Order: sequence, then structure tokens, then C-alpha cells
Amino acid sequence: MLEVRDVTKIYNPGMVTERRLFQHFSLTVEEGQFVAIVGSNGSGKTSLLNIICGSIPIESGDVLVDGTSIAKKKDYQRYASMGRVYQNPSAGTCPNLTMLENLSLADNKGKPFGLIRAVDRRRIDGYREQLRSLGLGLENHLNMKMGALSGGQRQAVALLMAAMTPLRFLILDEHTAALDPKTADIIMELTDKVVREKKLTAMMVTHNLRYAVEYGDRMLMMNRGEVVLDRSGEEKKQTSMDDILEMFNRISFQREQE
Amino acid sequence: MLLELLVSTLTQGLIYALISFGVYITYSILDFPDLGVDGTFPLGAAVTAVLLVNGVNPWLTLPISMAVGALAGLVTGVVHVKLGVRNLLAGIITMTALFSINLQIAGSNLTVDRGTDTIFTSAPVMAALGSLSLMGRKLVVSFVLVVVVKLLLDAYFRTKSGLLLRAVGDNPDLVTTLAKDRGQVKLLGLVLSNALVALGGCVVCHEQRSFSATMGTGQLVYGLAAVIIGVSLMNFYTASPLARSLAKGSLRFLALPAGTTAVVLGSTLYKLCVQAALSAGLPANMMKLVTAALFLLVLVLSGRKGEEIIHA
Repeated sequence: MLEVRDVTKIYNPGMVTERRLFQHFSLTVEEGQFVAIVGSNGSGKTSLLNIICGSIPIESGDVLVDGTSIAKKKDYQRYASMGRVYQNPSAGTCPNLTMLENLSLADNKGKPFGLIRAVDRRRIDGYREQLRSLGLGLENHLNMKMGALSGGQRQAVALLMAAMTPLRFLILDEHTAALDPKTADIIMELTDKVVREKKLTAMMVTHNLRYAVEYGDRMLMMNRGEVVLDRSGEEKKQTSMDDILEMFNRISFQREQE
Repeated sequence: MLLELLVSTLTQGLIYALISFGVYITYSILDFPDLGVDGTFPLGAAVTAVLLVNGVNPWLTLPISMAVGALAGLVTGVVHVKLGVRNLLAGIITMTALFSINLQIAGSNLTVDRGTDTIFTSAPVMAALGSLSLMGRKLVVSFVLVVVVKLLLDAYFRTKSGLLLRAVGDNPDLVTTLAKDRGQVKLLGLVLSNALVALGGCVVCHEQRSFSATMGTGQLVYGLAAVIIGVSLMNFYTASPLARSLAKGSLRFLALPAGTTAVVLGSTLYKLCVQAALSAGLPANMMKLVTAALFLLVLVLSGRKGEEIIHA
């Protein structure tokens, strides 16, 4: 169980540009839940993910895993049980390392990075198998530099890498936003498969309302640091694109009025 | 006469490749322009000069200077990673501090007299290469040293630790998501780099039998030029039809040379260029000007004007 409790986040505190994003914000995500989060720019979606991962500091409040606070843990310590895929396809891999080297790095997460050979030849067949399941023809290009691949291919590998070692939480930060519609669909389908197969607790920020409706078992809509819509289970299944779009437009309209 | 000049220039190029290896790690792999090099290089020389004058086995000076250099790298790393000082400034702080520390270590500029053994005149080298002139021995010993260090580095870059080091310069955020502290990886890189730079200073001290407080000036620029020349040439080569055809045959390993090989070539080539300028009648006082002009030329020709990171 992942919990954000009573969090206050202020950007540029004490300055004229001060902006209070979260005021006593709380959210609980159940084990194994796949949460899709939508909302306009500046509503706090990505900030929420950053707070959970420890990428940005908070003024007050707590982040808990199974009731134990992780607020004091540094970002890299939190990633021991978390994986993350970013919006920018080049953020999830090392462009100047080969695909094989990238996969080897991810495969070694949680183990010591010592003076033994980085690439374990015995693992290559397994990597090939995983790449083949993507259906992108990547399995024959293990020695290609990551930077030479397309955005969609990189994002697919990034997703594979993020979920390669056992983990509990998958954080998806608009990870389909920079891809063309067809590739985005492939990555989204793959994401769903990974989350289901590994029984992960996932939080996905997306600007694609359709994905939020079709995927995941809980949907949140955020506005100005608050959850304005929270639907899960049957209630979410009943929610249509039109409902969401209508609500989304209403919120945006309100913002423009002020 | 010309042959002698060529041999001594080649020797210089090889010895300075040791420094360039260090610069390669910080600048090329970690994307960290470490100005501390200008202090760590004479640090290695100062430690070596003092040890030699006091009759320490010349071969022992190598690991000792490396250890002292590693310590200097650790200081730069701690200032940058733990105290949050920008990388350029962290290096400047170490460099400035080392100027005084180097003088404290050596007392003043120091000369190692002819009677003292260096690695080039030590018993094992004399036994193996006694038939060669001092100049020939210097070339052979430097060559062997550089090859050994190069192979060790190549092997290191293929280990898990080495791969993580390459990853941290390439995409630091990824290292964080691998649940590793990127600061610590950078620290390790700086330690390794400065150990190599100090090793270079050590061997230079053996070669010229002296330490001077100002010998570090411009060493980072030298190392950068060597790395950029080498890597640019390698990129040019790997894109060439020759390398492409080699990649298909049994000589595949020749098609994609290691970055360290490129650094050795870059270093040697750069020394040759500077020596050529001096031989053409340029006064020695103008050397730094030539160095700067050559560096600029290399940057412009390689299309890398300092904004872009180079990776090999």
C-alpha cells in the first residue's frame, strides 16, 4: 500500500513567485492497483509522482509504504522497490551504451555493481526472448547503441528495463506523450501487460483521456493540487470518455474564468 | 638527431597519455571538466621527487603517487557531491589548494640528481633493456606502462562498476532509478581519474628528474585536446569504408577501437604537433600559445566547441 499523507508542497516559498500546489493533500493507493491520473497542466500530477519518488522536497506531510514512512529516504533508496518511465524516451536508457549494456545494467539492479563482467552471456537468450515479445524486431540488435533507436523502441526498452527486476511500484510519467499514436498504443498495451503479469502497483500520469478510461482500475482527475474525481472498480468501468471530457472541459473553463 | 627527437616526442606522447586517460574518465565519461588536473599532475610529480630523493624504490613511487592523486580526486568529489559546489568550481578549489600543498610536499622546486635511480634506470629495467640507450629504455618502459594501464582500464569499463560509471555520465537519472547514488559513482570516477593523472605526473618526474610548482599549468587543456583529437579521429575512422569492411571480417576487433586507444593516439599526435611547431623555430616561451591555438583548431575542426559532451 502506497500512501501520501497530509502533504503540503509550495514552489518558491517566501518569494513573490510562491505557488502553493498541495495543501494537506492525501491519497492512498491499494496494493496491485493500477491508477491512471489525468488533469490539465499544473494540476500537480507530475509533482505527485515526484513527491512519491523523492525527486522534489515537500514542506510537510509524509509518504508511506505499508504504513512505514519513506519520507526520509533519498530518491535512489526509494527506487529499490520502484521503477519509473519518463515522458522523454531518452530519459529511460543510456543513449551511448548498447542495448545489451542497458539491459545488463537494469538486470543488475538491487545487486552490487562490483568488478565482475557487466554483461552476463548466459542472460542474453533471456533478453532476446523479452525483446522478441515486444514485437518490434529489436532482438537482433543487441549491440546497437540505444541512441540509434527510435523513440518508441527506446520507450519499449525503457519499460522493459524499469520492470526487469522484482519491484512493487511502477511510476509512469506521461510515458506515451512523446510517441506517435500507433506507437503510443503499443507501449500502452505493453504497459498494461507488464503491470498485470508482475502484479505491480502502478501510477500512470497521462494526457490521453482514452487511456485513462480504458486502462487501469482506478482513475483520478486532478485540478490545482486536488483530486476532483476518483473512480475505481465498477464505477470506473461505467465511466465513458464523454463523461471525462465533459468534466475536463468544465474544469478548464472554470480556470479560464478566474 | 631527427630520430632522437622523434623518439623523445613519442615517449612524451605516451607518458602524457596517462594524464589523458584521467581526463577521458572525467570529461568524456563523467561529463565533468575537472580543473583539479592542473594540481593533481604536479602533486604526483612532487610526491615522486621527494620519494626518489629519499632513496625510495622508484617503482614504489607509482602506486604511492596514485594513492595521493586518488585522495585529491576524493577532495574534488566531496566538494562537488557532498557540499554541492559546481563541478568547475570544485576542481578550481582543489587545484588552488594543491599549489600550496605541492610546495609543502616538495619544499620548493626539486631536482633529482643523476645518481638517483628512476624507473628507467632501475635494476629490472637495466637487466631487460640494458643494451638500449636511456632514450630507448624510456620509450619502451613508457609504452609498456601505457599499454598495461590501457588494458586494465578497458577491462574495468566492462565490469559492472565500470558500466555504472559510463552510465552516470550518459544518463544520471537512470542511475538513480537503478537505486544507486549517482554522487558516489561520480566520486569513484574522480578518484580513479585523479589517480591516473598523478601517475602521469609521477612518470614525468622520473623522465625529467624534476618537479616544479608550475608544471601543472595547462595540463587539463593538454589532456582535453588529446582526448578530443583521439575521439574525433576514431569517430572519423569508424565511419570510414575501411572500418566498415573490417567489421564484417575476422578482424572485427579492429573496426571499433576502444576509447582508450583513441586517447593514446590523440596524446601522441598532439605532442608531435607541438614538437613540430617548436622544431620549426618557434621559441619555447610560445609553447602555451601554440597549445591553445592547436586546441582551438581541434575544437573547431571536430565540430565540438565544448557544449556537447563527447562519448566514445
